[in-house]
Amino acid sequence: MAFLDVKNIEKSFGKTDVLKGITFSMEKGEVLAIIGSSGSGKTTLLRCINFLETADKGSFTINGETIFDAQQSYSDKEKREKRLHFGLVFQQFNLFPQYTAFRNITLAPGLMRIKNSDKKLSAKEKSAIQDEINNEALQLLKSVGLTEKKDFYPCELSGGQQQRVAIARALAMKPDILCFDEPTSALDPELTGEVLRVIRELKGDDRTMIVVTHEMNFAKNVADKVIFMADGVIEEYGTPAEVFENPKSEKTKAFLAKSLEKI
Amino acid sequence: MSFWEVTVQLADGFGVTLLLFGITLVCALPLGLIITLGSMSKFKPLRWLVKTFVWIIRGTPLMLQVILVFYGPGLLFDWPALPRMTAVIVAFIINYSCYFSEIYRAGIESIPKGQGEAGQVLGMTKAQIFFKIYLFQVIKRIVPPMGNEIITLVKDTSLARVIAVTEVLKAAQDIVGLKSIIWPIFYVGAFYLLFSGILTLLLNYAEKKLNYYNG
Ligand SMILES: Nc1ncnc2c1ncn2[C@@H]1O[C@H](COP(=O)(O)OP(=O)(O)O)[C@@H](O)[C@H]1O
Ligand SMILES: [Mg+2]
Repeated sequence: MAFLDVKNIEKSFGKTDVLKGITFSMEKGEVLAIIGSSGSGKTTLLRCINFLETADKGSFTINGETIFDAQQSYSDKEKREKRLHFGLVFQQFNLFPQYTAFRNITLAPGLMRIKNSDKKLSAKEKSAIQDEINNEALQLLKSVGLTEKKDFYPCELSGGQQQRVAIARALAMKPDILCFDEPTSALDPELTGEVLRVIRELKGDDRTMIVVTHEMNFAKNVADKVIFMADGVIEEYGTPAEVFENPKSEKTKAFLAKSLEKI
Repeated sequence: MSFWEVTVQLADGFGVTLLLFGITLVCALPLGLIITLGSMSKFKPLRWLVKTFVWIIRGTPLMLQVILVFYGPGLLFDWPALPRMTAVIVAFIINYSCYFSEIYRAGIESIPKGQGEAGQVLGMTKAQIFFKIYLFQVIKRIVPPMGNEIITLVKDTSLARVIAVTEVLKAAQDIVGLKSIIWPIFYVGAFYLLFSGILTLLLNYAEKKLNYYNG
């Protein structure tokens, strides 16, 4: 049984069918790259998985446990619990500008584990949890190479640094699967490397990740599997070697030819 | 009349002006937020109702509203009239709540959608997203337009006279008419200037404090 099993996800906005039956699965520790021209539905797919959109049809499971099924409706509380299986790193980082890098990372874990806790916590338990969260945040800052920037505000950081804080912030919630939506597209070319390097290091820690990207070299060299999406369907799926060296579909060939042309 | 005598005669007027300003501000600030929630509600009829109400209040003179609150209940429904000062305060609170609500709404809508979505994917509740993420950013953005409204409120207090509530300007005008001296008007003018000047300084200070980050 696959770790993540996505079945037949469909989503339309009004009359536009954006996702027309997306089915794929991935194993624990795998990195899945999703490529495809803009407008093909990559963002919408990630948003459905992260409960930012509700798919019209389909379902997905993690470890066999149903996380989402379009035939059911979920309360806000259920959605909140279920979406924590996933993390999402946005193209535009979306850091909270009023908080320091450190606070950006510790805010949500604190709310979840202290404020949203089902049981009543004593002051001592609370401060123990807070200490733990703080230590984890320091670890995460270290792992994205930003220990020195702990007390900086997002506006004082470069785009690459902001995105690395955003990655640490997502990791602080300990998601089973971390999703990235074009994490380097908003960055100056010279800053993409530092972000991609962090993602590559996460792969070394056996993180399960889905990365929507335009960085073909990254997909080729870092991903275990690649999905090429076109017009709301999975046009091609396979290992990087299969997809890049030996594409079956004409659309894939055309897309790859075009993206190589740019370079 | 001496400066001192005029000051004594204006004392009650000063009191009325400050009281009207203070109560309106303290009540309209939170009430405006409630109106904002209504005008942004997902429940269409409520949203429509609140928006229409805000449109009416913002589209008619405050003076008219003061008159209506004072005379309306008695003439329309035979209810006992509110005390004059109460009627003025009620009209001011309603009017300013509506203005504030529009400023809040513009402030909330100006926050990028990604902020709320980031909170959502991090498992925050709606209330937490509002209080921990939005509120501060909204406050930072609305201080300048709020400042304008608050300064306007200082001067609008002079409208209370329309139902014979003697605020400080009416008090000064009474002296001018009675004693044929003009300087009490300048005296009151200086008071308004000083009052709004202090508020401007406070608001600038707040703005600066909130400017520790960009965005
Ligand atoms: N909220 C929405 N409302 C209407 N149309 C949308 C919305 N979100 C995305 N779309 C449409 O869905 C299509 C796919 O968008 P998206 O998932 O962002 O593609 P990609 O990320 O691959 O560029 C586009 O045509 C886009 O205009
Ligand atoms: Mg996209």
